[in-house]
Amino acid sequence: MAEEKIKKVSIVVSRGSLEGIYPGLIMANGARMEGIEANLFFTFFGLYAVLDKYMDKIRIATVGNPAMRVPDAKGLPLPTLLGALPGMSAFATWMMNRTMEKLDIPPVREFIEMISAAGGKLYACKATVDMFDLTVADFCPEVDKVLTVGEFYEMSAGAQIIFT
Amino acid sequence: MAIKHLAGVDINVNEEGYLTDSSQWTKDVAVAIAKEEGIDLTDQHWQVLEYLRKEVAENGKLPSIRRLTKSGVVDTKTLYRLFPDGPLKKATKIAGLEKPVSCV
Repeated sequence: MAEEKIKKVSIVVSRGSLEGIYPGLIMANGARMEGIEANLFFTFFGLYAVLDKYMDKIRIATVGNPAMRVPDAKGLPLPTLLGALPGMSAFATWMMNRTMEKLDIPPVREFIEMISAAGGKLYACKATVDMFDLTVADFCPEVDKVLTVGEFYEMSAGAQIIFT
Repeated sequence: MAIKHLAGVDINVNEEGYLTDSSQWTKDVAVAIAKEEGIDLTDQHWQVLEYLRKEVAENGKLPSIRRLTKSGVVDTKTLYRLFPDGPLKKATKIAGLEKPVSCV
């Protein structure tokens, strides 16, 4: 007997670096492309993906990432000390964005708009909103609501929960 | 691979129902596949299908949803309404094209 198809996913985005945010967005958008219901829950630094003022400035972490290589994925290792040089993160981000554009992977803001238009729902974590002293006005318009953990679980009934 | 009788003709399809020979596609075949998917084709559907076929004919590959929605043919919201439960997968199937292989 064939396994039952996944009908609904709840994806938690908890990190605010480019490599922390994109996997969750790609998975949420991919879910919608497959006709799977998708809820995105942004928490801690992951919230920066939906903060209107900062979402266009998401960068790759070039420090503390032992897998990081330059100028491409098969290049030389980038030691943490070099990764810390001024402009390194901006440069790596620029390179990555250029590659993603070629692959039709949109910038964060456009991706968020796309997921929302595709019927995906976006939520912000209440604990982090309180901790970072944020208000609804700080978010991009696609964010549907600020949720408590309890509400997140209620909304995730019947869903697979994916933490990124 | 299998042969499927659609719109009065025999069509070669793969195990998921995608046409394996795009030249066998006709508008009647599209209507028949759409019906199986629960979709009644309107002018808006046809615009999407024609755009997809034109892109594949010109570039040899399927456009992404992003490219499709930026073409001015259809916006994201409308696309998901026209072809519910997997818009690009359904649209390409009805258009007699291959199943999309891109992640975005």
